[in-house]
Amino acid sequence: MGIRERMSGNEAVAHAIKQVNPDVMAAFPITPSTEIPQMVSTFIANGEIDTEFIPVESEHSSMSATMGACAAGARAITATSSCGLAFMWEVLYVAASDRLPVVMAVVNRALTGPININCDHSDSMGARDSGWLQIYAETNQEAYDNYIQSFLIAEHPDVRLPMMVCQDGFITSHAVMNIELIEDEKVKNFVGTYNPENYLLNADMPMAIGPYANSPFYMETKMNQRIAMKNAKKVILEVAKEFEKISGRKYGLFEEYKMDDAEYAIVIMGSAAGTTKDAVDALRAEGIKAGMIKIRVFRPFPGEELAAALSKVKAVAILDRAESFSGQGGPVGSELKAALMDAGVSAKAVNYFYGLGGRDYTVGDAEKVYRNLIDMTENGKKLEQFKYIGLRK
Amino acid sequence: MAYNFKQVMSKPERLAPGHRMCAGCGGTIAARMVLRALKPEDKAVIGNATGCMEVSTFMYPFTAWEDSYMHNAFENAGATLSGIETAYHALKKKGKISENYKFITFGGDGGTYDIGFQSLSGAMERNHDLVYVCYDNGAYMNTGIQRSSATPMYADTTTTPVGKQSNGKMQNRKDLAQIIADHDIPYVAQTTLIGTMKDLYEKAEKAIYTPGAAFLNVMTPCPRGWRYDASDIMSICKMAVETCYWPLFEVVEGKWILTYEPKKKLPIEDFLRTQGRFKHLFKPENEHLIAEYQAEVDRRYEELLFRCSR
Repeated sequence: MGIRERMSGNEAVAHAIKQVNPDVMAAFPITPSTEIPQMVSTFIANGEIDTEFIPVESEHSSMSATMGACAAGARAITATSSCGLAFMWEVLYVAASDRLPVVMAVVNRALTGPININCDHSDSMGARDSGWLQIYAETNQEAYDNYIQSFLIAEHPDVRLPMMVCQDGFITSHAVMNIELIEDEKVKNFVGTYNPENYLLNADMPMAIGPYANSPFYMETKMNQRIAMKNAKKVILEVAKEFEKISGRKYGLFEEYKMDDAEYAIVIMGSAAGTTKDAVDALRAEGIKAGMIKIRVFRPFPGEELAAALSKVKAVAILDRAESFSGQGGPVGSELKAALMDAGVSAKAVNYFYGLGGRDYTVGDAEKVYRNLIDMTENGKKLEQFKYIGLRK
Repeated sequence: MAYNFKQVMSKPERLAPGHRMCAGCGGTIAARMVLRALKPEDKAVIGNATGCMEVSTFMYPFTAWEDSYMHNAFENAGATLSGIETAYHALKKKGKISENYKFITFGGDGGTYDIGFQSLSGAMERNHDLVYVCYDNGAYMNTGIQRSSATPMYADTTTTPVGKQSNGKMQNRKDLAQIIADHDIPYVAQTTLIGTMKDLYEKAEKAIYTPGAAFLNVMTPCPRGWRYDASDIMSICKMAVETCYWPLFEVVEGKWILTYEPKKKLPIEDFLRTQGRFKHLFKPENEHLIAEYQAEVDRRYEELLFRCSR
């Protein structure tokens, strides 16, 4: 039985860091993730952990230093949000191609333009093709649980990829929720120690990393990254199984909520899943067969698995919390629609945008989405794609 | 122990031959000499900013570096090495490593004076126990001789080309050694390739074995960018020092020390004349530009003498 507590998502992640006691953390403050390095610094100052903290002068340097530390043989972490993640852009790709299993807490926040400190997924969605694993949380509990699992996934010999552990800025980073923590000793044993085969500080075998590799080798590098990303699906599920043994909590690539007989579904990611679940319950009370899928793992994208889970619904609304300005929908929408088509799933699919820059998404909004789906299916109404939910009139 | 050229040169190479840097390149000469200053029993991790040296020494699947080596990107050599050095302390503390390691990174002036300046400044200010070596050839040579903030005034580069309306770069070069000295780190030195390399070797040794952050600014001519015959490199370096264009000094715990004073300061023409990039200055109508150049060299040298006299 775990320890019952109340804490914010940032506190929960910081607590997980304390339990993991990584070798090195490099970080630069940015709202709303700032508290994480602050709390870690306090743990260090009070002698609670022996992590070495590098107070770098920018996020470009926090990622670069984390990569250096990881390549040296250390378990190395960082945390960021929004523009901080954007500033790391270039080196995110290098970390993935160097196969450095660094773990980064991403507290999702809208990218500037205009500057906005609230949640959306434009930051991590922008980095979706960088070769990083990405995992998202609905609650503080999930942020904590995902964080602890991330090390075993990223460092697994069949994977060896960096990992973003994402949670929604302010909504789950600052709001306080009930949480069940796992005992220190159990976490320590679960994550073990990081023992890479090759590392810079290996006196017996020096290592060179970050080569110049032109056309004769570049594509093979990418193919190896792709294989690792594919392997990650299996590893994520294996790690989840092990995690269930110490926590009693089950995790998969996504969560299905009342999907068994669902005719109408919303696919969503992050904290807004909770709001959507309330709408599902309200509609179910009316006899409407509503269901919801919450994507937990966005990289690797569980396209086939999602298509299978949606194979029996009449209609699905895919909700994106990031614009891509393609005119063809958001990142989740375009990828999932492609997966549905490949799998021959005939359900009608719409793709809407919600919550950009922290715009409210209410139970009422979610109910309206379901009613739209019904209208479209039962009354043969033409569906409107790419709507913004809750837009000012 | 007194400097012994034979002994130093007989140390095993830590940057192996077979890399693809140009003949007559100062950067590689400097790197080899800096690495010789490592005690043979000490391990090292070498960092490298993107640039000529990186793309020519670590072309997959071959590396010319005998020690562990990491290239990350153009502008983050300082931060990357900070992470490696910090990991060393973390792992040593936990008893996972017993050997002694030293940390040295090489960056050209593009990766150091310009795009990597922030990362360098951060690493220096945090006083990591590492050495940042700038091999300063005064332009972005890897991409084809574009001006940098290290490019000297009036140099002909591909983004400050000499033409009817242009005499080359209009601005003076940034004095990076001074800026880094103002970070209040334990050791900063400026040097180049001179004679038996005693100056470079001794400064590298001090930089490596002084605890805390150290910065070496090494003038390293580039035959393509400066336009000289490969065999002229040593005499060009000598002229840079004898004209006081590139004075040799060190800053030890904030104390400025001139490490070489020419007996007779030579006119700046003696340095400029050796390189094709300054050829236009020798047209009769450009005499005043050389006079200006001389005035600037004199001003900077006076300033340095003042710092060293305090």
